[in-house]
Amino acid sequence: MAAPTAPTPRPAASKPRGPRGRRSPLASVGLHLTLILAAAIAVFPPLWLLVTSFKPKSESFSTDVVKNPTLENYTHVLNDTEFLAWFGNSLFVVAVTTVLGVFVAATTGYAVSRFRFPGMRPLMWLLLITQMFPMAILIVPLYNIMSTLGWLNQPISLIVTYLTIAVPFCAWMMKGFFDTIPVEIDEAGRVDGLNPFGTFWRLIVPLAKPGIAVTAFYTFITAWAEVAYASAFMTGEENLTLPAGLQTFVNQYTSDWGAMTAAAVMIAVPAALVFAWAQRHLVAGLTAGATKS
Amino acid sequence: MAVDTSRPAEPAGDAHRAPGRARKPGSTAHGTPGRLRRALSTHWYAWAMVAPVVVVIGLIVGYPLGRGVYLSLTDADESNVERTIGVNHIPATYDVVGLDNFTAVLEDGVFWDRLIWTVTWTVSCVGITFALGLGLAVLLNRQFKGRTLYRSLLILPWAVPAFVSVFAWRLLYNEKNGILNKILDGGGIDAVPWLNDPTMAKVSVIAVNVWLGVPFMLVALLGGLQSIPGELYEAAEMDGASPWQRFRHITLPGLRSVSSTVVLLSTIWTFNMFPVIFLLTRGGPGDSTEILVTYAYRLSFVNSPRDFAGASTWGVLILIILMLFAVVYRRSLRKQGEVW
Repeated sequence: MAAPTAPTPRPAASKPRGPRGRRSPLASVGLHLTLILAAAIAVFPPLWLLVTSFKPKSESFSTDVVKNPTLENYTHVLNDTEFLAWFGNSLFVVAVTTVLGVFVAATTGYAVSRFRFPGMRPLMWLLLITQMFPMAILIVPLYNIMSTLGWLNQPISLIVTYLTIAVPFCAWMMKGFFDTIPVEIDEAGRVDGLNPFGTFWRLIVPLAKPGIAVTAFYTFITAWAEVAYASAFMTGEENLTLPAGLQTFVNQYTSDWGAMTAAAVMIAVPAALVFAWAQRHLVAGLTAGATKS
Repeated sequence: MAVDTSRPAEPAGDAHRAPGRARKPGSTAHGTPGRLRRALSTHWYAWAMVAPVVVVIGLIVGYPLGRGVYLSLTDADESNVERTIGVNHIPATYDVVGLDNFTAVLEDGVFWDRLIWTVTWTVSCVGITFALGLGLAVLLNRQFKGRTLYRSLLILPWAVPAFVSVFAWRLLYNEKNGILNKILDGGGIDAVPWLNDPTMAKVSVIAVNVWLGVPFMLVALLGGLQSIPGELYEAAEMDGASPWQRFRHITLPGLRSVSSTVVLLSTIWTFNMFPVIFLLTRGGPGDSTEILVTYAYRLSFVNSPRDFAGASTWGVLILIILMLFAVVYRRSLRKQGEVW
């Protein structure tokens, strides 16, 4: 673990950019070795999951890469389990959460970025503090509320809950992003007779697409991967979402590693696609949020 | 508490602080009767835009928070809360017991054990993640072939949902058959009970959480590094600053605003990191890897009978700890001249 940290100061210093910085061959080898090692550690666990998913059930733990590749795990998961139902449940919850979350976060971020209004500072604090509310304190009352409303086992309970997790952070990120868009654009819009909402919709939202992409990505990932509420609110095989469903393959009583790996791969693919789509905006979006907040 | 900032009250309450910053100078006159109306006409669109968030947070965070605090003062558990069985509606029968839950929890060693481990867990996770993230970001911030490829590979863990990764790690950690032990076996080392020995389990959960957290750090810090102007380094080099001096006096200060934000965020996230521990070890062996959050969850959703009051008490204590942390952190940043 310590290996990648050790060489930190040196390469940092040996000239980040510019024509005069020549690395010695030794430093260059060190740089690549460190990065190759780090990349291998980063890639290996998911890769191994992928490899294992193609092994026959009886050989889940063999160290051969793939001796007899087979799709039996996949067909088993798709045909004999509730996987598709879980997938549908998750997809629905996540889609609704993302659309609502992004919209709400964008308007808030814009208002906080552009207007100085009474209540702005408390609001900023509120958004930050909400981040801190541990699920542990909210989950019991939320469970009771959902139970009273008859929302347990209903997707709406998760949608509503996930909004509270995603929106505060997203609003912060969007604020940082809107801060990087020159105010002159708003002023130009106003001169042309747009009201603040019009300015926001017609001028700023199109410019903020990278930030919106990042926010959507974050909301998607948060909702797709949330475990605690999903495990607590949803019971009954066909109502589960993916995080709770996956647990049923490998728990105290059963350990169907073949089914688990195949299901895990199928869960990871959509997330990876969304990630690939959002990732070129990630650096810009996150840094805007981080540096300007 | 800040949660229930009822909006009508804000203009009045905030006017003492805000007038200098208000765009329109309308709120300068103290105690003018039309102030509220003027504030409304000036700011209504701003308020309209933030209203959804305030409503959402108020209803779904504020109300449950209030309930949670209330429950922590009662003896509610599975058997006496309001519930419906079939067609029968059974009203709640729990009582308010004041601060009894808190004294019970604080006098019990379990809470302090869990707190110590939670703090250890948070500090080591954030510390190691930050160091690795910074190291890799610095490496990636230079010009060389294959930079984009390395970056894509390094942020790959981020593309995989955390709970999926945790299951992947369970596969690797498997004591009898997992690949980690097979590799060690090849090197002639005895199998390590990764998740079955209290100490190893702690190391294992930290390793997984670091693995999960590095991509975020890396991306954020890389962005921060790229915003430091290259001329600074050139000038420093002209003046004969050593590599280490340049790192100390240009890179670190240049990263300060990014790093203070990511450290705060990842501290809070790690402190409350539920899935890694819940899915990897279920808090075990024994309760050796149980952090405060997973313990509170266990009280209300795993143990039977479900101890709602106890879980809420733990929740309130966790919240208090985090708020104290945020206040101290913010103050120390203020001293360094940060402004958020």
